[in-house]
Amino acid sequence: MNNVLLIDFGSTYTKITAVDVEQEIIIGTARGITTVETDITEGLNKALKELFLQTGKLEFSKILGCSSAAGGLKMVAIGLVPELTAEAAKRAALGAGAKVLKVFGHELSEYEITEIAELNPDIILLAGGTDGGNKQVILHNAQMLKNLGKDVPIVVAGNKSVTPTVVKILSETMTQVVPCANVMPKLNELNIESAREVIRDIFLQRIIEAKGINKANKMVDRMVMPTPAAVLKAAELLSIGTNKESGIGDLMVVDIGGATTDVYSIAKGDPTTNAVLRGLPEPFSKRTVEGDLGMRYSASPLLKAAGAELIAKFANADESEVAEYVEKVTADIEYLPQNVQDKGMEVAMGRACTKLGADRHVGQLETHYSVLGQVFVQTGKDLTNVNNVIGTGGVIISNERPNDILKGIIFEDASPHVLKPKKPEFAVDKDYIMASMGLLGEDYPELAIRMMKKYIVRR
Amino acid sequence: MQKDRTKIVLGVIGADCHAVGNKILAHAITAAGFEVVNLGVLVPQEDFVNAAIETDAKAILVASLYGHGEIDCRGLRSRCDESGIGDILLYVGGNLVVGKTDFTEVQDKFLGMGYDRVYEPGILPDQVIEDLKSDLAKRGHFSE
Repeated sequence: MNNVLLIDFGSTYTKITAVDVEQEIIIGTARGITTVETDITEGLNKALKELFLQTGKLEFSKILGCSSAAGGLKMVAIGLVPELTAEAAKRAALGAGAKVLKVFGHELSEYEITEIAELNPDIILLAGGTDGGNKQVILHNAQMLKNLGKDVPIVVAGNKSVTPTVVKILSETMTQVVPCANVMPKLNELNIESAREVIRDIFLQRIIEAKGINKANKMVDRMVMPTPAAVLKAAELLSIGTNKESGIGDLMVVDIGGATTDVYSIAKGDPTTNAVLRGLPEPFSKRTVEGDLGMRYSASPLLKAAGAELIAKFANADESEVAEYVEKVTADIEYLPQNVQDKGMEVAMGRACTKLGADRHVGQLETHYSVLGQVFVQTGKDLTNVNNVIGTGGVIISNERPNDILKGIIFEDASPHVLKPKKPEFAVDKDYIMASMGLLGEDYPELAIRMMKKYIVRR
Repeated sequence: MQKDRTKIVLGVIGADCHAVGNKILAHAITAAGFEVVNLGVLVPQEDFVNAAIETDAKAILVASLYGHGEIDCRGLRSRCDESGIGDILLYVGGNLVVGKTDFTEVQDKFLGMGYDRVYEPGILPDQVIEDLKSDLAKRGHFSE
């Protein structure tokens, strides 16, 4: 027997999954409250006890963990031009599984330095300038950040020509300043892998300790990554596959929570029309996070973003009923749907989260009328041909009608310029194993793929 | 270490998608020792400015071949001024206006719009490169 235990220390729950590596089956899953304030192992032990009630006592050959506890990994991204290096820095941070508190561009002012200090990020990503490009702004920003008044790890991913100087300036007051490759070495060339790696390393060395999650170390062999990075890894594996185990091709993942909606796509997203591609290239594995789309903390921002009319249409209800329900769940974030109307409202809100999250994630077509006729310009990814859409996260998997929530991701004839999947097949991560499979994939990639095919895709 | 080459932003402005001349110019200017940041076709003004800021380019070369040049090119200089790169060199060339207008008239119009050099159809890349070298040398941004 060869069992592996996978742990996801979430913001609310510590979720555990026990896998039998030889038989390629899930032996059991369980959860406990995340107890990061006292001792994180308390909640974990409770979950283990629950697991052993189902399975009997188990021995584990390996225990791997990921975490989004204690606020997850909070970052500030800084670049030069908002649409260029600042955007590239943001994407690198999101790809590393971070929650991006705010993005700053151009020369930082004293006010912005105060703001950054107040935002209290776990890590700052400092970019700016292509290689051999603008030097002055990142040098200025390093001088400003030097006087942040806080010791925050800083990742330097800007113009290579001045990276040593930037590191030197920041090291005067900061303990950990780590240089890596420029997030935008050439104009419109995205290179976020190096920054992603460095961010994950710092997260594991320092942030885990600062947040008291390292207490789990006596039980966990290895903390591997922030939870969203684990989900991204799982999605990559399932999509691309390995030499020995084929993937299922392009896919998207939707994860709706109380406060945010995460959308992932693993696809190149090249134009399927005769459009000309413009703007910053997209990462093949892309993650976006919408902080104003969620079912509880972000219920009223969702109402504002989607509009009562849209949610009412999805719910087949009145706008006033929507407003009422949103008010109710905002006042009581523990509220659970009580009747058919409530459930319908939950599905409608979830569908609105999916729709808006997907609308913002995918690329767009713009039509230009020129003397040469109609010309199309595409920015972002064309995901119209993506066949696989997976729903994960508590809201989707515990709902009775997950497919109705996922419908929000489908291409709309009324907005043909929004390049969402036209004929996707839905799959639901019912056993909530996606993050665990990302962890498992670190050591057993083929096994993780096969298990996701079996437990999630089911075809 | 290889010396950083002077960067030049190049692109076809507006809703214009004439790609051939753009490729030829990019090739010729690169061969002349510059680093070309080629934005290709269908480029909005904003992208020219953003690219120049991020790459610390010393010149922006704008092409327009479909006759709407005047509308598309107006305001680029002020946009540069506003973005803190007001001293950048701006060149423009192509079929800037429709019909047979006297070129000096066209030239005056575009010089008035803040462009440093205006090229009429039929000019060879060599001419542009020669002008670039001398204009940049005057500003201390280029030495052979």
